[in-house]
Amino acid sequence: MNAHERHLAADNIGLVTPKRFHCDTPLKLTSGRELPSFELVYETYGVLNNKGSNAVLICHALSGSHHAAGFHAPEDKKAGWWDGFIGPGKVIDTNKFFVVCPNNIGSCYGSTGPTSLKPQPPITEADDTDAKAKVKTKEWGADFPLITIKDWVASQKRLMDHLGINQWAAVVGGSMGGMQAMQWAIDYPEQLRHAAVIAAAPKLSAQNIAFNEVARQAIITDPEFFAGQYKDHDSAPKRGLSLARMLAHITYLSDEAMREKFGRDLRNEKIHFGYDVEFQVESYLRYQGQMFSQSFDANTYLILTKCLDYFDPASEYGDDLAKAFERSQCRFFVASFTTDWRFSPARSREIVDALMKVHKPVSYLEVQARQGHDSFLLNVPRYKKAFEGFMNMVDIL
Amino acid sequence: MTIRQDHRLIVNWVNPQSRVLDLGCGSGLLLKTLAGEKQAFGYGLELNPEKIQTCIENGVNVIEHDIDSGLSKFPDQSYDYVIISLALQALKRPNETLDEMLRVGREVIISFPNFAHFRTRAYLALKGKMPVSKSLPYEWYETPNIHLCTIRDFEELCQSKGYRIVDRQLMNSEGQTLHSIWPNLFASTAFYKITRDV
Repeated sequence: MNAHERHLAADNIGLVTPKRFHCDTPLKLTSGRELPSFELVYETYGVLNNKGSNAVLICHALSGSHHAAGFHAPEDKKAGWWDGFIGPGKVIDTNKFFVVCPNNIGSCYGSTGPTSLKPQPPITEADDTDAKAKVKTKEWGADFPLITIKDWVASQKRLMDHLGINQWAAVVGGSMGGMQAMQWAIDYPEQLRHAAVIAAAPKLSAQNIAFNEVARQAIITDPEFFAGQYKDHDSAPKRGLSLARMLAHITYLSDEAMREKFGRDLRNEKIHFGYDVEFQVESYLRYQGQMFSQSFDANTYLILTKCLDYFDPASEYGDDLAKAFERSQCRFFVASFTTDWRFSPARSREIVDALMKVHKPVSYLEVQARQGHDSFLLNVPRYKKAFEGFMNMVDIL
Repeated sequence: MTIRQDHRLIVNWVNPQSRVLDLGCGSGLLLKTLAGEKQAFGYGLELNPEKIQTCIENGVNVIEHDIDSGLSKFPDQSYDYVIISLALQALKRPNETLDEMLRVGREVIISFPNFAHFRTRAYLALKGKMPVSKSLPYEWYETPNIHLCTIRDFEELCQSKGYRIVDRQLMNSEGQTLHSIWPNLFASTAFYKITRDV
């Protein structure tokens, strides 16, 4: 099967078309600000059954999107970001489940975010035509409010109601997606029966926040940033965003994985005693940074890293994570990876210990994997098999 | 589903609706039986990936955890029963684990193969080799059973540690309950329910 026919494979979703959900009810945000209306772009795979009991929500991570599986066009080079896990007969089996994957607010992939048009105050009759002409539709840019995981979950709840789903069979996510799954179990305990929390943490450590801060500073201090209004200057802080991505990328990989992939290999045969690319790892990181900076929005990156930093569900419950989980009613699956140093197994274990303290059903595994934090996206056989075992146990009533 | 004889004895000791922690839970059979027959809720701790997988497929709560690393994450007296079924002898420091089990659970249930069973004694006496049998199937160099003990050894430990033996059951190699005058000779598996004497 050649690359253009992968969407025809029996275990592939095939071609998918994103859908849009427009919500006119204002969304009050944790920050105190409000979105007067918002849009979520999302994809669905599989069929919702009559009882509406087979719906699974997929929550994406930092730079993820609603495009989790399948292809948008036959000529697409890449499938959705979790295509290895979602499809007929796969871990999240679309023959059994109706899968929903929304793009989160603040993102730059289509849901309301800094690159969306900012609603303008209505123009009254009294305004003269001159003033009317001056009001130009403009993007939110740096004015877009800061968002929390709690806000995301509240917006996903609106989508859930819109789709006529009373209860998720499961809410599933890795990394920042796992944080959303936890927030669901805490904020809407009756609305989900299972939660899969993979390679996540109950809150960021000082080290995690530190990495995010360096990434943000790289963007903010880029001369092309213009206090976030770079679009007004027909510009973009690409160098800063590229640096931010390079830094983050290092934290997604393990020392072991980098050694295996690049070692100290040189791009040319010998070193040149200069600052151009010499080692393969430099070339790789620069490429990753450049690609990312061309397709991603800098304001979005700032918002998303802040969203990560703010996540701390225990803070609403006297800093007691166990207490936060007290009302949750779902069965949990928690998995971590041995070489993940961004959200290490110890961080997942904090989640598990809190759940056990309040006697909530949970299974936990610490998977031997070489690929670091990124493992949750990859074909790690033991992880995939256990995840599949858990999803097979998900009853659809 | 037929229940394993050694599990039957343990299940009989557990009160309905209890909270249990099963150390070295294997494939989760005991926990599944306890959930079914006694509506018990709990977790199994296990290290073996295949067994963890079976637990997940059986809907048993399993936590990947090395018992030898301790139970410090578990609050005092947070379980009605902490159980260790045929796994005590595989621990690095069984005495320390027993202390921890009694801290975490109100009662502790233990089963272990009795190394002073007459067949084991005969094997060692006549062959002059480390005993290999159905219940102890490993060669000395590869056995996970690094701290085998006898009924007398175990009861001496309980006495020296101040553990109170609440109940004891014995089983012969045919899986029958035993009421022998020489338990340390005829029991192949011993079951104890202990608490900390207060």
